[in-house]
Amino acid sequence: MLPNLRAIRRLYAGFFLVLFLLLLWLADFSHLQGYEVSLFLELDPLTALAGGLTSATLYRGLALSLLIIILTLFLGRFFCSWVCPLGIINQITSHLFTRRRPAEEYRRNRYQPIFRIKYYLLTALLVMAALGVLQIGLLDPIALITRSFVVGIWPALQQGGAGFYLSQPYFIGGVLIALILLAILVANRFMTRYWCRVLCPLGALLGLLSWRPLLRIRRDVDKCNDCHKCLQFCQGGCDPDGALRVSECHVCMNCIEQCPDGALHYGLAQPRSSIHQPLDVNRRRLLESGVVAMAFVPLLRSSYSSAASPHPAVIRPPGSLPELDFLARCIKCAACMRVCPTNVLQPALLEGGLEALWTPILVNRLGYCEHHCVLCGHVCPTGAIRPLTVAAKVGTTNPSEPIKLGTAFFDHGRCLPWAMHTPCIVCEEVCPTAPKAIWYQKTTITGRDGQPISLKQPYVEPARCIGCGICENKCPVSDMAAIRVTSVGESRSTKNVMILRSP
Amino acid sequence: MDENDKKRVGSRINKVEPAWSRRRLLVEAGITTATAAAVGAVGYWGYSSEAVRHAPQPILTLKDFRVAANTLYPSLVVVRGDAVAKMVAEALTLLGGMQRFIQRGDRVLLKPNVGWDRQPEQAANTNPEVVAAVAHLCREAGAAQVWVTDCSINDPQRSFVRSGIELAAQQAGATVKLPASNDFYLTNMHGSLLKNWPVARFFHQVDKVINLPVVKHHSLSGCTVAMKNWYGVLGGQRNRLHQDIHTSIVDLAAALRPTLTIVDATRVLKRNGPSGGSLDDVALENTLVAGLDEVALDAWALPLLELTVTQVPYLAMAEARGLGTANWRSLHWLERQLGSG
Repeated sequence: MLPNLRAIRRLYAGFFLVLFLLLLWLADFSHLQGYEVSLFLELDPLTALAGGLTSATLYRGLALSLLIIILTLFLGRFFCSWVCPLGIINQITSHLFTRRRPAEEYRRNRYQPIFRIKYYLLTALLVMAALGVLQIGLLDPIALITRSFVVGIWPALQQGGAGFYLSQPYFIGGVLIALILLAILVANRFMTRYWCRVLCPLGALLGLLSWRPLLRIRRDVDKCNDCHKCLQFCQGGCDPDGALRVSECHVCMNCIEQCPDGALHYGLAQPRSSIHQPLDVNRRRLLESGVVAMAFVPLLRSSYSSAASPHPAVIRPPGSLPELDFLARCIKCAACMRVCPTNVLQPALLEGGLEALWTPILVNRLGYCEHHCVLCGHVCPTGAIRPLTVAAKVGTTNPSEPIKLGTAFFDHGRCLPWAMHTPCIVCEEVCPTAPKAIWYQKTTITGRDGQPISLKQPYVEPARCIGCGICENKCPVSDMAAIRVTSVGESRSTKNVMILRSP
Repeated sequence: MDENDKKRVGSRINKVEPAWSRRRLLVEAGITTATAAAVGAVGYWGYSSEAVRHAPQPILTLKDFRVAANTLYPSLVVVRGDAVAKMVAEALTLLGGMQRFIQRGDRVLLKPNVGWDRQPEQAANTNPEVVAAVAHLCREAGAAQVWVTDCSINDPQRSFVRSGIELAAQQAGATVKLPASNDFYLTNMHGSLLKNWPVARFFHQVDKVINLPVVKHHSLSGCTVAMKNWYGVLGGQRNRLHQDIHTSIVDLAAALRPTLTIVDATRVLKRNGPSGGSLDDVALENTLVAGLDEVALDAWALPLLELTVTQVPYLAMAEARGLGTANWRSLHWLERQLGSG
């Protein structure tokens, strides 16, 4: 008896979906044991290729993507139905949504020209990457689903009492990011795997890579009696009943299991196997997509971004590359936001310009950079945040150069000892550097009633301040702190500087 | 006349209601009246001059965890040495044994200082060996459960792991309780400054509480020892307490009277407190002090930080409040040296 290929595919899909969720769950301080928690992001050929185009490197774990590329060359676009968590979730929701008559499904699962859009999107994104602008993360399915889970779904589950976190994490604009995922899932109501067939740029790339796979779904033209039952559960919309469109086929194996005559098999060509159809794209549209992308790059680059001139609120995680390189590497996957123990890392809105949308920034009212924590750089799949040792971060190895994220500034109009003659210096207490970057002077001033008041008034020593933001986070002036960190003085920049003399 | 030419009369949709009987009329009227009455009732019961209705929130009070005084035993013991577990055991023996404080079946809460993501050598947190030894003695004395908690200033998970206290506690048979955001109960502290504050629920769920502070420099209060350690029971915006730190410390120490206090002066953070970070600021003192009077214990620790009672106003305030005496030598006290020293 032949093995049930659909059952095998479902086992793999279940395994990879559970693995994806498990690695995401493991990615925090209390569970992390050196697991490859960014595995799915590293397996992603699109991340590797686009990042390779912007920076001419194949960074560390991204070499794993070669595995998927090579397997795809032989096996076809199997990733989409066997490995990709977004593809698998789309498949499950499609299955739940579509309860139509078989004849209706045969009609709906036919190849449609709208499927070409993903190739045009891929072209535009790769042309932009070749010109140095990395926006692949907006649409890359692995980055998209990781971001949606980290920023949207998991915090929502915590809200529902899941107990994933010790305290509820909050993310700026999390609901918007989650709604995009929700829209992708709802689209399955109207077309099976709408995202995967029509929009997914990784699907397009894998479609290109499966230009001539050795193993394919093959149809025996003598055994086939044109019943079209193979179309009923077809995931890719790749016309297995005719000349198969290999670049659209997800190798889901459903057609093989549906065929009443045993006319379909997955493997090498046999004497009576049908011909296949080549990739269907409109060359003119493809060219247009590339030209539009080329035109978009100078438009984007001439608009303000944090790479053009430093922005006070664009405070990057410790170990981040200089801003231009950072933007050329960051795929907005939010893996760093998942491991951050204090919830300080937040998806940026437009602070750093459109290019920096959803890249990680520190919002110190929500958290602060824990002095001895270096987790974000160790889960970053693309090296936008370099993996640091604790010693390198706090400056044990090189005492004169701890990693600085920015500098803290007092707001004398809000600071209790400065403006309200009230003792405080919580900022000094929590300052983690040794000696402390925040220091105080004892002063005696005359109060409104003529009585003397002794106070400790705090100051920042900019050469010692590392911009970790714990002072801002713990400042008792709750809405807008009386001490605030801005990005100036950050180690990674040569132009976002202030002080001439180092300590 | 032809059928087709006849002008049609009436609607094409011509099904008609059957005539209502008296019973039907009464039933229909009854249903409608009942619905209307329900609307009225919702209005009656729901009417409020307040815009929002909240369930009343219970406000708890902390119980007194002290045991009865016993003049047979000293109230303050100083143990010097280099083997922490033995020093803890010796201190407890001098004080009358752990059985004096813990009854069989008690649930005991240990409150070390685990404020910071620092390692034991940096002396920003209580020595994990002290926590382990005390937990072990509690279990020996028959405690049903030993819990360890603190409301850390740095990330709680990191602080408990990197301080070594999580592992030490678990190995000694204690359970670490990290307070999550919904683990706080509103509690009346009955203080002159502190009224209702959120307190970690564990303090309301145990029979005995043992305070395990560490001696550290503190830039605002001068020192943090036993009394200041009660900051760690509070949630909420406790960073406001610094605005009147001495009154806050006294209010906290008055609200939470522990069963026993063991002060860790094995390593002392002399400067850059309370977070420290540099080993240059840490001195080895190899000393434990245990007792029942937190004011006396705090006063005892002052020379380690080169402070005097007059430089630490909360001590006099606590004396005035009747919490103890800063003149610890006036108490029945003992000192022991274990090993070579």
